[in-house]
Amino acid sequence: MTDKTAGGDVRLAGISKHYGSFTAVHPLDLTIPQGSFFALLGASGCGKTTTLRMIAGLEEPSTGTVSLGDSEVTHLPPYKRPVNTVFQSYALFPHLNIYENVAFGLRRRGIKSVKKQVDDMLELVELGQFAQRKPHQLSGGQQQRVAVARALINHPQVLLLDEPLGALDLKLRRQMQLELKRIQTEVGITFVHVTHDQEEAMTMADTVAVMNGGRVEQLGAPAELYENPKTTFVANFLGTSNLIEAEVLEAGGSDVTVSSAGATLRLPAARCSTTPKAGGKLLVGVRPEKMSLVHADEEDTVAAGRNKVRGTIAASSFIGVSTQYVIDSPVCPELEVYVQNIERDARLAPGAEVVLHWNPEHTFGLDAAQDIDAGIETVEEGA
Amino acid sequence: MTATAAPPVAGTVTEPPVHKASLRKRLVPYWLLLPGILWLLVFFVLPMVYQASTSVQTGSLEEGFKVTWHFQTYWDALTEYYPQFLRSLLYAGTATVLCLLLGYPLAYLIAFKAGRWRNLLLVLVIAPFFTSFLIRTLAWKTILADGGPVVEVLNALHVLDVTSWLGMTEGERVLATPLAVVCGLTYNFLPFMILPLYTSLERIDTRLHEAAGDLYARPSTTFRKVTFPLSMPGVVSGTLLTFIPASGDYVNAELLGSTDTRMIGNVIQSQYLRILDYPTAAALSFILMAIVLIMVTIYIRRAGTEDLV
Amino acid sequence: MRWLRRNLVVIFGLGTLAYMILPNVVVTVFSFNNPAGRFNYAWQEFSLDAWKDPCGVADLCGSLSLSLQIAVWATIGATVLGTAIAFALVRYRFRARGAVNSLIFLPMAMPEIVMAASLLALFLNMGIQLGFWTILIAHVMFCLSFVVAAVKARVLSMDPRLEEAARDLYAGPVQTFARVTLPIAAPGIAAGALLSFALSFDDFIITNFNSGNTVTFPMFVWGSAQRGTPVQINVIGTAMFVIAVLVVLVGQTVGNRRKNAQPK
Repeated sequence: MTDKTAGGDVRLAGISKHYGSFTAVHPLDLTIPQGSFFALLGASGCGKTTTLRMIAGLEEPSTGTVSLGDSEVTHLPPYKRPVNTVFQSYALFPHLNIYENVAFGLRRRGIKSVKKQVDDMLELVELGQFAQRKPHQLSGGQQQRVAVARALINHPQVLLLDEPLGALDLKLRRQMQLELKRIQTEVGITFVHVTHDQEEAMTMADTVAVMNGGRVEQLGAPAELYENPKTTFVANFLGTSNLIEAEVLEAGGSDVTVSSAGATLRLPAARCSTTPKAGGKLLVGVRPEKMSLVHADEEDTVAAGRNKVRGTIAASSFIGVSTQYVIDSPVCPELEVYVQNIERDARLAPGAEVVLHWNPEHTFGLDAAQDIDAGIETVEEGA
Repeated sequence: MTATAAPPVAGTVTEPPVHKASLRKRLVPYWLLLPGILWLLVFFVLPMVYQASTSVQTGSLEEGFKVTWHFQTYWDALTEYYPQFLRSLLYAGTATVLCLLLGYPLAYLIAFKAGRWRNLLLVLVIAPFFTSFLIRTLAWKTILADGGPVVEVLNALHVLDVTSWLGMTEGERVLATPLAVVCGLTYNFLPFMILPLYTSLERIDTRLHEAAGDLYARPSTTFRKVTFPLSMPGVVSGTLLTFIPASGDYVNAELLGSTDTRMIGNVIQSQYLRILDYPTAAALSFILMAIVLIMVTIYIRRAGTEDLV
Repeated sequence: MRWLRRNLVVIFGLGTLAYMILPNVVVTVFSFNNPAGRFNYAWQEFSLDAWKDPCGVADLCGSLSLSLQIAVWATIGATVLGTAIAFALVRYRFRARGAVNSLIFLPMAMPEIVMAASLLALFLNMGIQLGFWTILIAHVMFCLSFVVAAVKARVLSMDPRLEEAARDLYAGPVQTFARVTLPIAAPGIAAGALLSFALSFDDFIITNFNSGNTVTFPMFVWGSAQRGTPVQINVIGTAMFVIAVLVVLVGQTVGNRRKNAQPK
């Protein structure tokens, strides 16, 4: 397929989009490296689809430029760009059969002998025997594969995917995630994938850009985003975070010491997205699976040097691989803790006094001047 | 994080140039609209203006007509022809109600009970359209002929006694009576009632009937509380599509009625085409238009359906 | 008694259907009549004379062909103009949308006779000769709104992403329209066109006002209701009915067969 060195990066320079007085995308600089699988992640209305459409040429940016490799394409109409899109709900042409849907792009570019390419492409997505059917006669997953084949057959420099798995059920979605990832590795084309599903973005993409309110909140590899969120939105939108409001006791060294409701906690200064000052405020975050739980009677078994917080179990739910606890604690009313079901302690039932503890290395710090709940509701909506 | 990924966004943005949609692109809808809208302006709106000016002219065919702002014509027309106006509204209203009463069961039957006969029934509803409506209206002359089987049966069932007590028929005749005209109007506009009714009934999820039944509604209650309210859009557009053309019709009154059943359409037609009193004819059709538009507006407001097109 | 109550709707519905079909039956039966006088309202005796010579009455077939011509041209005109308006209304945001919508709606919300009379007022004032052209102008005018309504409904239900997908797949504006938009909007356009044809072909009131001495088929029938109704009118009416029903039935059978031919 496409040569890995051809084409080049997708570069967005200062692009923005206004609709009247509403700003869908604030001026944005973004470079998507050649051959990468890039995800734009965010809740609906965050500007991710608009950004994608500006790359496709379906939306003209209000300001800024779009470049593919060395050529600027900002004002090129979509049919002149070497970019193809897999649309949300696929947008397969209902009046054409599968074969003609896949052949559409080739035919429009005046290519006469399309049969071999179309047959090969249908083989690639394992739909060879469905060539003569109409789109409505296929299942959702099959339609999705046709949409991918229809775009890929044109050997675009960049493939844009707009919520491509949104209409599929959970099991099929998992399967298609792996499938898309396989195809991407095989053809080496740059994939730009828009999704509201954080799990989908993290499984598939090399680089994820989290968008919120028309801005990119943070950009990086999935593990990097998860471990080191820079804003409360990212911390809450990607997985679950326990955020504790705390006062800074000591800063300046490699560790920062803070206190919250009588508990003294430590965290590495390197993991603070802001520069903490003694006497100032800081949001201290820790992921639920990083914490351990012991009954209050066994507090002395906790190793020295770990961060410790007391609390009462408010609720627990058994998930199978783990048990999820909600802990009512003076530092935070609803701390979430996931404990692997290795050895279950029968005393850990609602009402029990417990001690939470975790490695200070697993703690991150966020600027306290933010909405502590940013990104929480959107997660529930997306799930 | 890949090494080539761009630095985070904030702060690095240079002043970018502002783009505007091209003028040519913005003019596209206007070019699409232009011919059709021009056609309507010249052959629908402009004629209204001409008619308005005609209605305030005076003069005669020989000497020509001049605009003299003679609004008296409206008053004269109204006082002279108010029986025909009232008759038009009465006949059209009666026909509309009859269309609804006759059409609803058929639309309901096709939507919910027809099963595999649905398409055949729909074809049968539309099929009469394929024969010129004038020919079909003339057929009613045969059907309602004096001493014919239909009249005999109605007479034997004492239906004609009731209708003549209502002033709809006279003696043992149906033809050339108001009943014949209403019957013709009802017949002519029934498909315009049935099709919108069917469309809105067909959209109703039949599970709603089951849900209503499950929630202790008897079939009749289900109909009153669920089916009928949901079919309101069809009822509204059906009654409009029936009443509006029926109120201006003169074909049925001319072919099936007598001089005593003349509707306002007959008056306008003969003023324009035979008597050639253009100002009166123009004033009459403006009054008709005003009455219909006012009634329709009030009706739509009360029925609460604004988007009919 | 219970059976009766349960099937009340069916009985009433079929009763209405009978009421609607009865005149067609009468028209058909009386096309085989051999009437005694000038009017074909009372049954006399069976005869095939009219069927053997459908054009045997002066001007009848001429008026029929004139009506067909006007209907064809009015359909083409109204479909082209109406489709363009429908696309503009659905696909673009522009000023005066509300005004345009009202202008489209008004002709449908007005008694036909009002439009007929005002058009006559225009033609008389401008001194335009009444005839073929004035009939055609009037027919295009009142068919236009119905085409807009039919096409609009179809285009509204069409996913705008389909056109974006076409543009994304290297189809320019012209190709996008020809290969995607038009084929998908086609059923709506066809419905509008069919409606236009039927409305124009069968129009009487507006034609009555604006035809001058030109005689369309409905005008011929109207005139004959005064002078005497030849049996040939019933022959034409019956033939039109049979042809149209056959076309519908054949169309449905072909459509079904095509559907079933495709692999499931």
